Amino acid sequence: MDVTAPMVEFDRVQKSYDGETLVVKDLNLAMPKGEFLTMLGPSGSGKTTCLMMLAGFETATSGEIRLAGREINHIPPHKRGIGMVFQNYALFPHMTVAENLSFPLEVRGMGKGERETKIKRALGMVQMNSFAGRRPAQLSGGQQQRIALARALVFDPDLVLMDEPLGALDKQLREHMQFEIKHLHESLGITVVYVTHDQSEALTMSDRVAVFNDGRIQQLAPPEDLYERPDNSFVAQFIGENNKLGGKIESVSGDQATVRLPTGELIGATAVNSGAAGSETLVSIRPERVEFRSDRIQPGWHTLEADVLEFIYMGDLFRTRLRVAGHDDFVMKCRNIQGQERLSPGQRIRIGWHPADARALDPV
Amino acid sequence: MADMTATPPEAAPQGLQTADGRPLKAALAESQARAKRRAFYLVAPLLAFILLTFVLPIGQLLSRSVSDPRFIEHVDRSSGEVTPIMTGLRAWFDDNPAGTEPDEAAYAALAADLVLLADLRGQGDVGTRINYEAPGTRSLFTKTARRAEDLQAPFREAILDVDEDWADPMLWQAMRDASSRFTANFYLAALDLAKDETGKIVNVPQERQVYVMLFERTAILSVLITFLTLVLGFPVAHLLATLPLRYSNLLMILVLLPFWTSLLVRTTSWMVLLQSQGVINSTLVWLGVIGEDGRIQMIYNQLGTVIAMTHILLPFMVLPLYSVMRPIKPAYVRAARSLGATSWTAFRRIYLPQTVPGIGAGALLVFILAVGYYITPALVGGADGQLISNLIAFHMQNSLNWSLAAALASLLLAGVLILYWLYDRLVGIDNLKLG
Repeated sequence: MDVTAPMVEFDRVQKSYDGETLVVKDLNLAMPKGEFLTMLGPSGSGKTTCLMMLAGFETATSGEIRLAGREINHIPPHKRGIGMVFQNYALFPHMTVAENLSFPLEVRGMGKGERETKIKRALGMVQMNSFAGRRPAQLSGGQQQRIALARALVFDPDLVLMDEPLGALDKQLREHMQFEIKHLHESLGITVVYVTHDQSEALTMSDRVAVFNDGRIQQLAPPEDLYERPDNSFVAQFIGENNKLGGKIESVSGDQATVRLPTGELIGATAVNSGAAGSETLVSIRPERVEFRSDRIQPGWHTLEADVLEFIYMGDLFRTRLRVAGHDDFVMKCRNIQGQERLSPGQRIRIGWHPADARALDPV
Repeated sequence: MADMTATPPEAAPQGLQTADGRPLKAALAESQARAKRRAFYLVAPLLAFILLTFVLPIGQLLSRSVSDPRFIEHVDRSSGEVTPIMTGLRAWFDDNPAGTEPDEAAYAALAADLVLLADLRGQGDVGTRINYEAPGTRSLFTKTARRAEDLQAPFREAILDVDEDWADPMLWQAMRDASSRFTANFYLAALDLAKDETGKIVNVPQERQVYVMLFERTAILSVLITFLTLVLGFPVAHLLATLPLRYSNLLMILVLLPFWTSLLVRTTSWMVLLQSQGVINSTLVWLGVIGEDGRIQMIYNQLGTVIAMTHILLPFMVLPLYSVMRPIKPAYVRAARSLGATSWTAFRRIYLPQTVPGIGAGALLVFILAVGYYITPALVGGADGQLISNLIAFHMQNSLNWSLAAALASLLLAGVLILYWLYDRLVGIDNLKLG
């Protein structure tokens, strides 16, 4: 085992089921040991296929997958030693919780005493010690989820794969489990590949997130970069809420671009992957970075005229829909702080944002 | 409970009430009873049908298996009038214990009874009845009854003069047994046992032992057929459960096709295939695998029975298996594989145990159908491919010994019930899944 090699490495991996279309087009990815990496993307984006290739249930059409420096393309799943948590838990219904946990140890030929110690420890990790004699059908969804987690961890794998493990839980339990999984990851020092289509889950839990679309990784970055500095329009759209203003690049100097909106105004934006002058672009601005109170708009910010179309009270936030530069779906979010002004439809206001918060991206 | 003050003071202190002041519990019971009654009316026709066509005949069969009163009473075929017969002889049997040498009084009683019998023209029935237990005695009754009017004392000599077989102690034992309304003799006969002249239970002579051997053969062939349907049906059911819908529908039609074809057509097509001048043999000869004189006998023997019945009963195994396999998610086997199990271990420890209810249901169904199967073994079984049901049919249709047929059928029924009980103990009937 090569210690310096990445734990998981995808090298120019492609996958096609029917020989005509590529589900995974060109996957390159290296994960250091101990990382929590999330594969995020809409359904059909290839993320689950990647996980299945890593687990060994699908074979890569071309390219290499390496685990700790060793090529595993042709190693059957049971010899990979990867723990896996499935979408619907896949707990064996004819076995008790203890038998479920015992299974991976038995197939490894472990003795009874050792098995019992490990089962006890794994159940302890998820606080389910008193449930050892129950059948999966007698457990709630959250409890089953914990057992599935314990079963994937009981044989001390270095790498654990999770395929939308919290998808079937209700919101509150899901958020609770997110923290538990995160804590387990930190305390055990395991490497985790986590697949989800829930972007808030991805942001909360991961060290790095790989955003999948159309069989490619669109961006691989820590959550903060992903949210604040998206590389392209897809990522900007997919992660969080996002305002986009279509326009034409007027001029580019360094990483600053000037964009002319259809209504004629000129705004400055950070050029990310917009084209040269004259090409179409989408300027992306996060709703919570938009301000309308004159005392908060700093000198040097861009300002635009806006009409209030709708005001929604959301508890912690006020969500205001505006008409800006001909777009009817421009959203501004204001925190519900003491003294916050409540706008009403029909009002005409002036909004503004810091130039760094506007990013000129590729047109979709 | 502020609103409790609204209840009238004469109401019972405890218990809820309806709006019009009746106890809630009684009102609820009444309304539920109404619903139950209505539900009962809906199933009543089926209940009546089952009672009439299932419970009643089985009850008849069970009673018939322990009783054949043709030695005790004569039923007139046209008027249906019932006349007690053999009263004198039966009185003598009551007075004298088993094993007593028949004396003059016994023969006198017999002679008197035979006179009445000849009058009623009932000697044939009585002879047939006794003939079941003492073979070869039917003609004694017809012959002697014809001359009963002429018999003079001393009756012993007179009757022995007609036929000296009347002295056979076996015959007297048989008549003694037949004179009680209920008898276990048919069950004894069904187990190749009989009573000797002293009433002791012994094996029947070797050459007449058939039933136990047939029961054994039926059981062995049924187990074999059940096993074969399982081995052949398991992969088919698995394919049905896992193939994409397009293909699995087609496969399902192929599995169900035999159901839509007449049983006789299927059986006779096996004859066409398997007989020595049939398709398979001719193909083998044409290919040179076997010679013209080496044609394989595949039908009119046990092999034929096994092949044809396995084919006919296959769907009964496939369907229950399919119904348990369909909901087994592929994630289970994947999970097992990811946990370190080889594909064989994953199958053995994860997939197979989840199909046990289906295997149990299919095996029970096929086995029960196989032990009672009649038409196919009758057509393709030849001599050594006959099963117990063929013999039951023989006794119903040819020998007309309905009581023996009933006893054989009852034993079969008991065997199936024991099996059912065993299944319940081992697997649990709640786990049975028939589709």
